[in-house]
Amino acid sequence: MATAEFEPKILAFCCNWCSYAGADLAGVSRMQYPPNVRIIRVMCSGRVSPELVVKALRSGADGVVVLGCHIGDCHYISGNHRTKKRMAILRGLLSYMGVDPRRVRLEWVSASEGDRFAQVVTEVTREIKELGPNRLFTDQGQEKR
Amino acid sequence: MEEPRVGVFICHCGINIAAYVDVPSLVEYARTLPNVVHAERNLFTCSEEGISAIKRGIGEHGLNRVVVASCTPRTHEPLFRAACEEAGLNKYLFEFVNIRDQCSWVHMRQPEEATAKARDLVRMGVAKARLLEPLEEIEIPVLPSALVLGGGVAGMSAALNLAEQGFEVHLVEKEKELGGTLLSLNRLLPGNGEAGELVNPLVQKVTEHGKISTYLSTRARDISGFIGNFEATLDCNGEESTVKAGTVIVATGAEVLKPQGAYGYGQFPNVITQLELEGKLKRGEDIGQNVVMINCVGARIPERSYCSRICCMTAIKNSCLIKESNPGAKVWVLHRDIMAYGVDFEEAYHRAMELGVRFIRYDLERPPEIGGNGKADKVKVWHQLMGREIELPADAVVLTTPMLPGTDNEEISRMLKVPLGSQGFFLEAHLKLMPVEFATSGIYICGAARWPTTAPEAITQAYAAASKAAAPLRRGFVKPEANTSSVNERVCSGCGFCEVVCPYKAIELQTKNGRTVSHVNVAVCKGCGTCAAACTSGAITMNHFTDSEILAQIEAMVG
Repeated sequence: MATAEFEPKILAFCCNWCSYAGADLAGVSRMQYPPNVRIIRVMCSGRVSPELVVKALRSGADGVVVLGCHIGDCHYISGNHRTKKRMAILRGLLSYMGVDPRRVRLEWVSASEGDRFAQVVTEVTREIKELGPNRLFTDQGQEKR
Repeated sequence: MEEPRVGVFICHCGINIAAYVDVPSLVEYARTLPNVVHAERNLFTCSEEGISAIKRGIGEHGLNRVVVASCTPRTHEPLFRAACEEAGLNKYLFEFVNIRDQCSWVHMRQPEEATAKARDLVRMGVAKARLLEPLEEIEIPVLPSALVLGGGVAGMSAALNLAEQGFEVHLVEKEKELGGTLLSLNRLLPGNGEAGELVNPLVQKVTEHGKISTYLSTRARDISGFIGNFEATLDCNGEESTVKAGTVIVATGAEVLKPQGAYGYGQFPNVITQLELEGKLKRGEDIGQNVVMINCVGARIPERSYCSRICCMTAIKNSCLIKESNPGAKVWVLHRDIMAYGVDFEEAYHRAMELGVRFIRYDLERPPEIGGNGKADKVKVWHQLMGREIELPADAVVLTTPMLPGTDNEEISRMLKVPLGSQGFFLEAHLKLMPVEFATSGIYICGAARWPTTAPEAITQAYAAASKAAAPLRRGFVKPEANTSSVNERVCSGCGFCEVVCPYKAIELQTKNGRTVSHVNVAVCKGCGTCAAACTSGAITMNHFTDSEILAQIEAMVG
């Protein structure tokens, strides 16, 4: 039996005002993108603590994308500035933990950028497929180390 | 907590969902999920039938959590929440699952994958719904007065409108007289009436109105508070006073670009802007036989990409006025495109051509060149249709420049915590759904502070903003969304990170029973959750988006 192509499960945190609206716009515009991403809606990307991202990876998500409003456009004025700082630090720590930092991405998508949302999902899915399954926290991962 | 009894309502959305997602199998799947006691599908859950199905489900099956899998919460959450409320269920016990905009519509060629994804999304929604807690919205009293920043045509119109509805208005103008940009203008389109005919009676009405207090040569130095209870510190030549207001309208207008250095502006005395030309026309000064206007000076360029949209009309208006008073004059308008929207403006454009105004198109690669010694006396421009450079005689060169965001915008934006768009103008909450409101409750926007506008547009927006600002004043109270954060004081270490990251100053450290702990003012909290993400002790709960709710969604996704 041929091995089926690896279909990653990717978690996307979308802020209510920009990126979630951008995702909706991609839908309204009928843009087609890979079905690997599951969205969790939060009010602001500033809600996404590094802990939640790490827990998603520990739970077995193959990748996590945090999406917020463009810098300067945050509905909550400066929430995304916090996200930017936190995610930069988190990505540094990921390498330290042995997780390829490419598994975690931070992207800005505005409410009017449906095309950009579709493009981000397509890119992220392709990249995570190349990286392969996230096994770090599974038994296989432990053995490999 | 009582045992969750979750009801799942899956919408076909006609064929929008059902043509790509196997809805019957999704219903069967939903029934297998923990705590789901009822699942059904509706052709349109948002229809009257669907809404009654939700209400019936709550009654018949004793549902205490409701999940609807359909379109997007951005448009339909209020409707389904209202259905829950009508059936006696707290509206925060409702959870939305988006299987249309973010599933069926974007995976139209992969129905199996779309169905599998919809299963995951429903599972995640149910996982969150099980943990949802009822939240109570507080009532905040609203002072029956408004603060209007800016005494131009927009600010005055808004102030007058509110005053006529019986509300007290504090109108703040930084200049020493009311009127704003209109004071410098000559005539206004459509109709070519004198600007004074509009602005003078308005100033008089505002000045004489008993409900309006006008503060001239005054700036707001600090504005604190929130909807219902704003407090502004006003500064008039160093003298400070405070006013209180229930709502705030930003009508601070815009500036007009003075293009120093461009086309000899600032160097040649006869190179002037349209605004300066208006002054000359108003005073009846002679501007010469040959007038060359250059449009889009400093607009639609890489560093200022927007179209200021009213400047073409200014050039057309002024070129007509010149030709009408002196038919022998020659007027050329060098432009990159003409923006003459609507019936009146298109007519004015045609009238200009009939009067003999010459329109010549140029592009950024070959901009016009000014020649002259001591004063500009000719303009060279590449004529695209003739395919060669032509030279125009010039007694006056008039530069058509865009409106710029007000120089105080950043300060006001910081004071009120309302955003500016990428170009520096104020940014409304939603271009279509909330065009004169900021996302921050109780603060409204109108006129050129938002985007370059004509006087009629500014007045229309002012009335819209005034009516929006009057709604909470009239009701006397507001009920903000209850998804605010709360602090578990027993766990709080008093580090103050949350206070630092809160964009709304809703959090402050307080001493309670001898300990320093964080305190959230729920009337000010907007529910972004940045504090919860910053809390190192796990003391802050972002209600409705709690750690445990989000973790349950994460677990459900991979599960």
